[in-house]
Amino acid sequence: MKNGKEAFTLPGVLADIPTHYCPGCQHGVAQRLVAECLDELALSEKAICIGSIGCSVFIYNYLLVDSVEAPHGRAPAVATGVKRARPEAAVFTYQGDGDLASIGMAETMHCANRGERVTIIFVNNTVYGMTGGQMAPTTMVGQRTTTCPGGRCADNEGQPIKMTEIIASLGGSAYAARVAVDSVKHVRAAKKAVRKAFEAPLNNLGLGFVEILATCPTNWKMTPVQANERIAAELIPYFPLGTFKDVTELETIEGPEVAE
Amino acid sequence: MSTTGERVLIKGNEAICRGAVDAGCQCFFGYPITPQNDIPEYMSKVLPSLGRAFVQAESEVAAANMLLGAAACGVRAMTSSSSPGISLKQEAISYMAGTELPAVIVNISRGGPGLGDIGPSQGDYFQAVKGGGHGDYRQLVLAPGTVQEAYDLIRKAFDLAFAYRNPVMVLGDAIIGQMMEPVTLGSATTPTNVDQDLGWNLQGKGQRHPRLLKSLHLTDGALAGHNIRLRDKYESMERDVLFDNFLVDDAELIVVAFGSIGRIAKSTIRALRASGKKVGLHRPISLFPFPSQELDRLAASGKRFLTIEHNLGQMVEDVRLAIRKHADSDFYGHLPGNLPTPEDFEQPILAALGVRT
Repeated sequence: MKNGKEAFTLPGVLADIPTHYCPGCQHGVAQRLVAECLDELALSEKAICIGSIGCSVFIYNYLLVDSVEAPHGRAPAVATGVKRARPEAAVFTYQGDGDLASIGMAETMHCANRGERVTIIFVNNTVYGMTGGQMAPTTMVGQRTTTCPGGRCADNEGQPIKMTEIIASLGGSAYAARVAVDSVKHVRAAKKAVRKAFEAPLNNLGLGFVEILATCPTNWKMTPVQANERIAAELIPYFPLGTFKDVTELETIEGPEVAE
Repeated sequence: MSTTGERVLIKGNEAICRGAVDAGCQCFFGYPITPQNDIPEYMSKVLPSLGRAFVQAESEVAAANMLLGAAACGVRAMTSSSSPGISLKQEAISYMAGTELPAVIVNISRGGPGLGDIGPSQGDYFQAVKGGGHGDYRQLVLAPGTVQEAYDLIRKAFDLAFAYRNPVMVLGDAIIGQMMEPVTLGSATTPTNVDQDLGWNLQGKGQRHPRLLKSLHLTDGALAGHNIRLRDKYESMERDVLFDNFLVDDAELIVVAFGSIGRIAKSTIRALRASGKKVGLHRPISLFPFPSQELDRLAASGKRFLTIEHNLGQMVEDVRLAIRKHADSDFYGHLPGNLPTPEDFEQPILAALGVRT
């Protein structure tokens, strides 16, 4: 580059290939943040990635680290087995909302409660993406999906589950934050949260957990721009951004967004 | 860990634990269920003291998936349970078969279906041998008939799991698990594999290319190729078939029975031999691979057969398949709910011999 420094490059751990994600999907941003943190913390050589089931499964095609595929919802249990077998490894899962908060709820909560020294990256786009847009445990009340065609009804299907708050309430979690990637400001904060979620278990403090609010334009039946706008308009008011637990700083910040 | 040649009086469940520890089992993941509770209890006490890992999982499902994770790292790892819990582990067993991961699963089986009871039963033969999970796969199944065999076979199970990169089930029952017998212990020299690069296991990539362990094959033809390769592997397991023949050479009738029932039938056969009845025993020890060739050989020499099981008739289907060119097999099923005695098998054997009593 002439007369200037390179401001934006491909993280070394991120494969230089096109992704399978739909236009406007924010998995690409989320996985890039994971890749940047793996590079910055020099973890790629000792990282072991646990793929889950859903659109997130192909994370292992994009991150150049040792990886294993878990059955649906079981990534935190598989991560437990990996970490107990290889305590020196940097073990992380990458899971969607159906995987983590529905079929994998028990594995997620108990992994956090045991304080497994692993990182959980939770991409919440309020819908089952790969299977074609069914209702997820985080689907918003009123949101139409293929299995709640009239819109999610709180009386019948309950309220969307707030996972970060639940994880923060468990004794074994060291760091729990909810972030979004709908603006530059939020992406920057998200990066810091992902980094902390990797650092907490490596510093032997407990489990690191980050929930990333993300778009699914295909199943939301929206354009990428509309989907991105929905994050701030509908999701953040119900799923507040912020650090809900951070024993790395021995303080709990409720409510406000992750500091820049 | 054990001293070579040491002789101890222990329960089958403890023999399984001591065999696993001596085999280098580095990680154990379990969940309480009767009649296998001695196994997680023993492992929770012993493994941490050796610097190895014990986790009481939140569920049988989680325990089996923790096993999957440890197996992906290439370390020697196991889980144990009893029938209803084994049903819950089937998902992970299918994934481990598809991903070709070496793992040991112990089933100290009990009566079923459903909650059944907590006594012995062989009702899980189909689940163990035919594949209780989804998809076209096989697991090696070893069925001990004595406490000594429980100790020896759990060690063999780890070796086979790594030789074939495949799940191996040790199928006992409440009799094998709860019975005490003298056991001669072996040497404790097997490595736990923690630091070994096996060429496929996950360690963190270091300076090499990243490795990916998965069972998803979406590209055209990939899954078919994977299945064919697995089939060839399953067929090659035939070389590790194990069985115990007892007084078969001059026998007119061969009783086929496995596990604890094979052991009890042997006592019946000894008693009948004393009164001149020409009866022998064929006890399959590996249920997969099944000793079909040996049964075919015995059938070709004109023997008759009686299969005895602690269920309504499961292994008998494999016996009939094995001997179909030359013979058929009668069947006697002792049902769960009470313990069979050697005397219980006398009348069925005499009837199969055609002796009027």
